[in-house]
Amino acid sequence: MHRQARVYIKTAFVQLLISLFIGALLLINTGLRWQSGLNVLLPVYYHLLMVGWATQLIGGVALWMFPVHSRERPRGDERLGWIAYGALNGGLLIRAIAEPIHTLEPRDWSAWGLVGAALLQVCAVWLLVVILWSRVKGRSETRRPRPGDV
Amino acid sequence: MPGLSVIMVRIALIHLAVGATIGGLLLADKGMHLWSWIWMWRPGHIHMMLSGWTVQFAWGVAIWILPRLDATGSRGALWSAWVCCVAINGGVALITLYAPLARLIDHLEWMLSVAAILYVIAALTFVHHAWRRVRPFGAIPARIR
Repeated sequence: MHRQARVYIKTAFVQLLISLFIGALLLINTGLRWQSGLNVLLPVYYHLLMVGWATQLIGGVALWMFPVHSRERPRGDERLGWIAYGALNGGLLIRAIAEPIHTLEPRDWSAWGLVGAALLQVCAVWLLVVILWSRVKGRSETRRPRPGDV
Repeated sequence: MPGLSVIMVRIALIHLAVGATIGGLLLADKGMHLWSWIWMWRPGHIHMMLSGWTVQFAWGVAIWILPRLDATGSRGALWSAWVCCVAINGGVALITLYAPLARLIDHLEWMLSVAAILYVIAALTFVHHAWRRVRPFGAIPARIR
């Protein structure tokens, strides 16, 4: 497994732990009715779980296991993968801070934080789609090296 | 990767791109309050990301990567997997389009019922296809033995 896939997958594990911790807090809060304000963490919990964990894990495994892009560049342009990684996790981090604050007490900076988080996450997803698209192909499309190839 | 997996994974990637774009607009609108109409696409965002992207991607990869049925490399009957592909995408499309269309046309509740039935058909046909392929390496399925 190459480094980029390992980083994606291990970050997905960390996001899983964080999201399940938040999910556990929300569940306990439902039972004990500690603090009604905690419910503002619900969208953050869903998105850390589905984007930070599920989508990032799928992305990491796909980058590792999908058919190669080409003989010369098996994984395509790896820089795009790193940009997508930074944008996805940066966007999630900004969202996790700005969204609960904006729900409790809207401010200009939290509103712009939400816009920035949205832009980063959408850019990350489109980059990931572009990277993976060329690697989704049948056997006939994967040119095998021939004996005469240099 | 078989043709059906290529199609399912590529459709899943399209759902990811479109679903995330709608999600981005929803999140930005939480801050800016510019496009209240975008919220009618929220059910579509949820179903595109859960069923259209995550579930369909997993099924597409499973059809590619689960153990083959015999030494010739057969994946068994692919008709049920094709039905699964059509059904899950039909279900996602109906749920996504329901809220925007319901603003224009009355009595469209049938779309949600049909979508639910399509989801069940998708799950049943996927399990029908994949069941015999979940086995230890080298084991021969009972119906082929």
